[in-house]
Amino acid sequence: MKPRLLVQLLAGALFGAGLAISGMLDPARVIGFLDLAGDWDPALIGVMGGAVVTFGGGMLLRRRMAGGRGWFGRSLPCAMEMRIDRRLFIGALVFGAGWGLSGFCPGPGLANLAALRAEALVFAPAMAVGMLLARTGFGVDRE
Amino acid sequence: MPHSDYTLLHAIAGGILIGLGSLLAAFGSGKLPGISGMFSRVLRPVAGDALWRLVFFAGLLAGAGLMIAFNEPAAIYRPLRSLPVVAVAGILVGFGTRLGGGCTSGHGVCGLGLGSRAALVATVTFMAGGIATVYLLHHTGLAKLVR
Repeated sequence: MKPRLLVQLLAGALFGAGLAISGMLDPARVIGFLDLAGDWDPALIGVMGGAVVTFGGGMLLRRRMAGGRGWFGRSLPCAMEMRIDRRLFIGALVFGAGWGLSGFCPGPGLANLAALRAEALVFAPAMAVGMLLARTGFGVDRE
Repeated sequence: MPHSDYTLLHAIAGGILIGLGSLLAAFGSGKLPGISGMFSRVLRPVAGDALWRLVFFAGLLAGAGLMIAFNEPAAIYRPLRSLPVVAVAGILVGFGTRLGGGCTSGHGVCGLGLGSRAALVATVTFMAGGIATVYLLHHTGLAKLVR
């Protein structure tokens, strides 16, 4: 396998292992985090905090040490200069509703396929349908 | 069920692994590796720019599968909703992440990590949407809808 692809294989494996060990694959834990009025489970703050600090710190370090250069002749990605508009709000709200409804966001919805869990086998294709709907019906395709 | 084996340490360690995976993907591809964005581009592959995402997802399943197999807390899985509800949720998640330009990883990890204002707004909004939905489903008469 080319080194460029091997890096992505490793990246995905770290990501998937992280999702599993962090408890993100467990819908009850995710919904417990979103249930402020119930028996609130704050653990996902640790997941988010650990991930944001690691990614943000790593990008900063790499920029300090190597300028804007990534690996294999690529440059480091920059923060998305996305417009804060109605689409962003409505999209995020709709996504949040689906997340709260099921306890799955895209990563866990896909990673649970590894254990062939029935919910993932339903969620992943449904998510694909939702994405195709967004694209064909509304011409939406944002990076 | 060994639910009590799960600690805040698992949450933080898992978060660090997610951050490291995102870093590797970003260094190696030059793109911001949000899961919803990568998945939508797998659905509509562009020649020469598709394989790396597929390989990433192969790794994602392998990493998750290994953890589930060999680490008890990682194998905790408690689905709360019926499959039809999960199907509706999947459509909402797919549609919403494309309209809003990202999910928990693209906005919540990568965007926030880089200090993007749009990502912060999106993250606060989808959190609020999730919290409001769970409130409606667990603390009002709507609970019977998802049973």
